[in-house]
Amino acid sequence: MGAATPVVELKQITKRFPGIVANDAISLQLRKGEIHALLGENGAGKSTLMNIVFGLYQPDEGSIEVNGKPVIIDSPNKAIDLGIGMVHQHFKLVQPFTVTENIILGSEPRKGLNINYKKAAAEVQRLSEQYGLKVNPHAKIHDISVGMQQRVEIVKTLYRGADILIFDEPTAVLTPQEIKELMVIMKKLVAEGKSIILITHKLKEIMEISDTVTIIRRGKVIDSVITSETNPNELAEKMVGRNVTFKVDKKPATPGNNVLEVSKLTAKNKEGISVLNELNLNVRAGEIVGIAGVDGNGQSELIEALTGLRKVDSGSIRLEGKELSNHSPRHISESGVAHIPEDRHKHGLVLDFSVSENIVLESYYKAPYTRKGFLNFDAIKKQAKRLVEAFDVRTPSIETKARSLSGGNQQKAIIAREVDKNPELLIAAQPTRGLDVGAIEFVQKQLIAQRDQGKAVLLISFELDEIINVSDRIAVIYEGQIVGEVLPEETNDRELGLMMAGSTQKRGTVHE
Amino acid sequence: MNNVLKWFTRDSFILPIVAIIMGLILGGIVMLIGGYNPIEAYSALFTKVFGDMYNFGEAVREMTPLIMTGLAFAFAARAGLFNIGGEGQFLVGMTAATFVGVKFAGLPIYIHAPLALIAGAVFGGLWAAIAGYLKAARGVNEVISSIMLNWIGLYLANLIVRQFLLLKGENRSVDISDTASISLTWLSELMGNSRVHMGTLIALVMAVLFYIYMWKTKQGYEIRAVGYNPNAAEYAGMHVNRNIVKAMFISGMLAGLGGAFQVLGVFQYQTVMSGSPGTGFDGIAVALIGLNHPFGVLLGALLFGTLTYGSAGMSFAADVPPEIIRIVIGSIIFFIAAQGIVRWVLKPFYSKRKKEKVL
Amino acid sequence: MDLLTIGQIINTTLVFATALIFASLGGIFSEKSGVTNLGLEGFMVFGAFAAGIAAHYAQEAGMGGTTSAWMGILFAVVLGVVVSLIHAVASITFKADQIISGIVINFLAAGSTLYLVKLLFEGSGDSPLVQGFSKFDVPLLKDIPLLGEAFFKNVYPTTYLAVLFVFLTYYIMYKTPFGLRLRSVGEHPSAADTVGVKVRRYRYVAVMISGALAAIGGAAITLTTTGTFSHNTVSGQGYIAIAAMIFGKWNPIGAFGAAVFFGFSQAIRNYVQLFEWSQSIPQEIIYMLPYLLTIIVLVAAVGRSSAPSALGEPYDPGKR
Repeated sequence: MGAATPVVELKQITKRFPGIVANDAISLQLRKGEIHALLGENGAGKSTLMNIVFGLYQPDEGSIEVNGKPVIIDSPNKAIDLGIGMVHQHFKLVQPFTVTENIILGSEPRKGLNINYKKAAAEVQRLSEQYGLKVNPHAKIHDISVGMQQRVEIVKTLYRGADILIFDEPTAVLTPQEIKELMVIMKKLVAEGKSIILITHKLKEIMEISDTVTIIRRGKVIDSVITSETNPNELAEKMVGRNVTFKVDKKPATPGNNVLEVSKLTAKNKEGISVLNELNLNVRAGEIVGIAGVDGNGQSELIEALTGLRKVDSGSIRLEGKELSNHSPRHISESGVAHIPEDRHKHGLVLDFSVSENIVLESYYKAPYTRKGFLNFDAIKKQAKRLVEAFDVRTPSIETKARSLSGGNQQKAIIAREVDKNPELLIAAQPTRGLDVGAIEFVQKQLIAQRDQGKAVLLISFELDEIINVSDRIAVIYEGQIVGEVLPEETNDRELGLMMAGSTQKRGTVHE
Repeated sequence: MNNVLKWFTRDSFILPIVAIIMGLILGGIVMLIGGYNPIEAYSALFTKVFGDMYNFGEAVREMTPLIMTGLAFAFAARAGLFNIGGEGQFLVGMTAATFVGVKFAGLPIYIHAPLALIAGAVFGGLWAAIAGYLKAARGVNEVISSIMLNWIGLYLANLIVRQFLLLKGENRSVDISDTASISLTWLSELMGNSRVHMGTLIALVMAVLFYIYMWKTKQGYEIRAVGYNPNAAEYAGMHVNRNIVKAMFISGMLAGLGGAFQVLGVFQYQTVMSGSPGTGFDGIAVALIGLNHPFGVLLGALLFGTLTYGSAGMSFAADVPPEIIRIVIGSIIFFIAAQGIVRWVLKPFYSKRKKEKVL
Repeated sequence: MDLLTIGQIINTTLVFATALIFASLGGIFSEKSGVTNLGLEGFMVFGAFAAGIAAHYAQEAGMGGTTSAWMGILFAVVLGVVVSLIHAVASITFKADQIISGIVINFLAAGSTLYLVKLLFEGSGDSPLVQGFSKFDVPLLKDIPLLGEAFFKNVYPTTYLAVLFVFLTYYIMYKTPFGLRLRSVGEHPSAADTVGVKVRRYRYVAVMISGALAAIGGAAITLTTTGTFSHNTVSGQGYIAIAAMIFGKWNPIGAFGAAVFFGFSQAIRNYVQLFEWSQSIPQEIIYMLPYLLTIIVLVAAVGRSSAPSALGEPYDPGKR
């Protein structure tokens, strides 16, 4: 990498939003044929920066040069014309359309007034073969796997002639095996002359595949280093600004009796397919069981069954011996089950309610919060104040609408509410999703604190690292069943990845 | 003093006021185009309503059913539901009240009148609950089902009047018994012999009850939660479907009560109607102007009633077709609904105020 | 009941269905692009109004009955497009609640058309009677038993136009780039945006098309069945058209079928006297039929799962 002109150069890019400077004089160089990682935690400004490169936002200050020429990228169309393509974290795919329709959207080949579908499919086929991206041109998006959906996103950019590809957190939804496949694809793209910007917060992947890393924190570039000359600890420290331990600080668990016993749990969906397939699972008091698995293998359905939102067709759910399956959510909650939902905006909070109204979301109907049908605002306020203080929920007042709180503080409010119920079983679904490192630490500490107090904790997460670091015991879910149970200190990514993908090879028989 | 000022300059207060002013101006422009004098027209309108006791009383009488249908829409809206069926619920309630008022003669007044009112409320509520049930159980969009029920309600009302309550030779029902009437003769005399009735007082009480129920009780909390976020409400253990049906029922009750007032308080009989009276739809306008808040509804009904009642004066004194008022009202709602337009107009004034978001 | 009567019932059904077909096609364009359009009723009212006025003045100016009728259609389209811009601006640019905006359109339609009619015609609530479209027969085909009576005899050009538009809509939606992009905007506007499809533009166009089509539907009523415009002319058909669209799962062919079904429920009102047992049914029940049927159909139809995913949500590019 000599003094060749960078393929893309960002010079002093600054972007402001009301109340925040998302990008602060950021400069970055992408050389031809390199994989350049952009590292930063949630909210650091990576997505904003890439949206600027892709023409969705305009910088307030600074300039962009492509192949040495200054350009103004004022729309995605312009970016596409310049050869910049983006593979989004949340796929921009139209579900009922076919793979081909998604790829050609906006640049459809014509035959007179019609779309020339034959030509389109042929082109998709050609690209697919050239770059080793297996896709089925005629399948509908809602029928194909997540891995294939991502490949469709990639082909979309190639179809429009992209030479510069931006990957936004591409591995968030993939199994370890699929991640490996993606790495192969990226290497092939680079071999064919493409240049890649990889946005991620996964240090392992950066070390494995990138050539250069630029670290961003709070909108500013902290450093730009050559990957082979650094290590994960150094990167993490630059990313967060202080010393970061990877291992979560915890004493060994001393589990007691079974609190939760799930046996042969079966539930069918509308089409009659079993989404839970004779699932067996135990969680004991004083332990954290982590459920690892690729999204869509029954995690959500399991949680729904446990919390009373889904009917089970057979099998049983026992909490300390009491049968809970097919009871109402309220009954289950009152029996000692607390739940931190994976989608805090959809299920965890009423955003237009105040913080205090949200704090009593599950207890408003009981004394002292309700007396003779009327709400007792004094009691509600007292409770809200107490919890906000105890759990350090940052809010101007307890009457502020939940909508105005940051993601981390919203999550803290939910955790405060759930933990205060003093449950026997705490279910935490994707509890650290979208949170910054400080909030993540807080949440994980809370889970461990609950476990130390003798509660049973069930953790469901797509972040394998989190599962490995926080759990005392790992259960892998695949197609509605628990297909394996391992201890975190005795397993590794590869073994877990295999189990998550359905391979039934158990421990001890794994070969490199 | 600062607090009062703050409350008055709140978004939720300024917005409707500016929208109203913009609507009146737009109406004025339309009048100018039609060759009419807007100043003359608006002053004729004002004089008509506030000029003398009789007219004021009649204007109040006209506002009363609007309060009820407005409260009806606002209540359902708080539960996240668009109850466009106020029209049908109004008529069904009216019919039920007429039926009781006619058929249950011989009861003492302190039983008969309340019974008729309750009948009106209950049947209006049931009519709305149909749409609520269809939504909760079958996911049927309540906008369309309630509109269809409006038409069915109209024909049903006519059917019952014609089949069971008809005054021979006429196109209306027989009069209700005196014991079912809720008109207030002493107040009427006080107000120039206008047809004021107890319904107005009941309507005011209903607005207060609405406020207390919605924001001070556990049931109101549930309805609001379901309205804002049914998913979270379900997760928290609330019965979403039950609340939907309940909210529609209460909403229909309010509309039905409004219909009952018309017969029991004003006309003392019910006509066979060739078309829907439109009170239900006007209630939607009132609720939107009042931003779906019970006290806003009272103000909205005041405005709406003033405009519509006064429009007759406008047509008489300044020769302006009364339909102009519907354009004024439509524009007001439009400006409220498309708040963006009002904010855009107010941008120069807003730049002094800064909104802060907690990070 | 003989073949002749059956044929006539089909014929009448199609006449009543015509307005519904146009309006539901309009609804499909708008909703497929993600904009809820409850204002179809208002657009139909404006269209019926424009047709009544334009046809009247055209007749007065000496143009023949049919030419005046086509003038009526033309003006209906123009007015429909103009009024739909109000809904478009409110919902798309100012991100107003689309349901409320639609209902407001209906309010404005009722009020302003009546105002203008009274203004133009000395306080009368009805526009003057116009000749409208004349029925015609298709040579040769009209003599086929049953089919001739049903489809080729005593037919209005508007009915044929409606059927033509059904196929046109299908073609545009599913075979052309415009249709693909429009549908993408309604399903996943952010996906469309990132490939350079201008979400707002497509939604504006879709809403304007819906205004035009619904207005033609309203015009068809004035120019075929009633001959005049009054506040009673449309009476709920815009809402029935929405139900037809839902019942037809937002597909033009499906909506066509549903519109015919609802047209039938209206047509049957004219023919029910033929049945002896109908004498004992109060007339109100007969009048209720189309609306009752609509509810039954909505309950039976398998949910709204086929609605465009982004329906009713204003697109905010800032929210990424």
